[in-house]
Amino acid sequence: MLVFLTLPLLALLLRIPLVDLLSYLLRENVRQALALSMKTTALTVLVTILFGTPIAYLLARRSFRGRTLLDTLIDLPMVLPPSVAGIALLVAFGRRGLLGQQLSMWGIELAFTQSAVVLAQVFVAAPLYIKAASTGFMGVERELEDAAALDGASAWQVFRLITLPLAWISLFSGIVTTWARALGEFGATIIFAGNFIGRTQTMPLAIYQGFEQDLNVAITLAVILLAISFGVLFLMKQLVGQRLN
Amino acid sequence: MVQRLGYVWSVFSLLFLSACVGSSPAISESVPTEASSGAQVQASGELTVFAAASLTAAFTEAAAQFEAQNPGTKVIFQFAGSDQMAEQILQGAPADVFASANTKQMDKVVEGGEIAHDAAEIFAHNRLVVVYPSDNPGNLNSLADLAKPDLKLVLASPSVPVGAYALTFLEKASALPEYTESYSSTVLANVVSYEDNVKSVFSKVALGEADAGIVYTTDVSPESADKVKTLEIPNELNTVASYPIAVTKRAAQPELAAAFVAYILSPEGQTILAKYGFVPAND
Repeated sequence: MLVFLTLPLLALLLRIPLVDLLSYLLRENVRQALALSMKTTALTVLVTILFGTPIAYLLARRSFRGRTLLDTLIDLPMVLPPSVAGIALLVAFGRRGLLGQQLSMWGIELAFTQSAVVLAQVFVAAPLYIKAASTGFMGVERELEDAAALDGASAWQVFRLITLPLAWISLFSGIVTTWARALGEFGATIIFAGNFIGRTQTMPLAIYQGFEQDLNVAITLAVILLAISFGVLFLMKQLVGQRLN
Repeated sequence: MVQRLGYVWSVFSLLFLSACVGSSPAISESVPTEASSGAQVQASGELTVFAAASLTAAFTEAAAQFEAQNPGTKVIFQFAGSDQMAEQILQGAPADVFASANTKQMDKVVEGGEIAHDAAEIFAHNRLVVVYPSDNPGNLNSLADLAKPDLKLVLASPSVPVGAYALTFLEKASALPEYTESYSSTVLANVVSYEDNVKSVFSKVALGEADAGIVYTTDVSPESADKVKTLEIPNELNTVASYPIAVTKRAAQPELAAAFVAYILSPEGQTILAKYGFVPAND
């Protein structure tokens, strides 16, 4: 199993000499795809934290009617094939879409824009953060929060000084997995945001197009993506490991 | 060692492709014929055909006829961008027959040694057409309107034949006085996406998400006629696309593959292609 999981990645690395790799890295379209991926995934993470944290907290702290339903709905984008996510986004936010029609009347058109790239990423990746953060919040003992509240701390102070520091590791690993998933997002992006170099062509789209035009470019981009993902995930695990010890 | 790994890599890449790239290469199986096995000819078994996305409807019907005439055979298709399938065949994808939307991708496979020299035959021609949603959100009335500011135009990627032909059309038009020299660059500034195959271009226009797109005349099927309208591209600006077909060297079913190619080139096969808007090979 271990061989099966690592061999394809190793094959990618062995396919191209390191020197060639560096020269491809300087190419304009490679750089643009890389920059676009970094920018959009950063925005995705920001949006996810901003809007995902309250939902995660709600799921962890309140029991209400329809909680299981909400929980399941949040799981859905993670299990959907990305192409389904892309079509769904298009029929919702496209200019002929359910909400898009209204938006378009106000002069906002999302399809084929960078906003569409971010929306596609948030749609498929935010649930990962919400799940992780919610588990983190659940792990914080109620009594600690109650004690602080009893001592006169406001709800915000309890959250900021007690809940957040204790749930931090889960939140952090949720952020990283969401970011990694957003970085790899392909299917929903190509359908909803289209493919345009420098505007909506992220790394995975550039890899796909590279596969059709020049296999070496595709493999170079793939190796870069792999290196970044490995670096960030590895660093995260070290950080989390240190915290736990 | 590295070569070995390369081979293993290609096998994995294929597994990965067929499993993961859900959005574009539609793998469709035509319905197997369970006809009586009384009149079995030697041609039987499963045949894998890699065909350009624009051939989807025509080849699906042709395969159904072919299966009916050859009981016990089953044609399995992969319809996708020609460039992508050329690359897949070079990486060892198990195709018996390759039908490309241009000679360039076919030549690439021939050069790569997967198809014999002179094996490819032209079986059909196709033309470009501009499509736009029937309610015409971009207010498009002539080819010159493609250069209107803020028009949302979707093209196929220049790596797929239809995308390259679209660029040729724009270049040719720019050379004419009625379009002015800046025509091509102004139109290209309106492009919002370069799709990876012609069917995606058509879908985005039919959905109304784009104001216009450039596709093959054959993409405008009778079923979609109410969703889109077309602007003809005159002959002198149009590129006639030639579709070559060939049996691959490593075909698992060489006889059956040859029979299928012969069927496509036969008057019967040509009639089906004509029904879907293709121009017959010998015209």
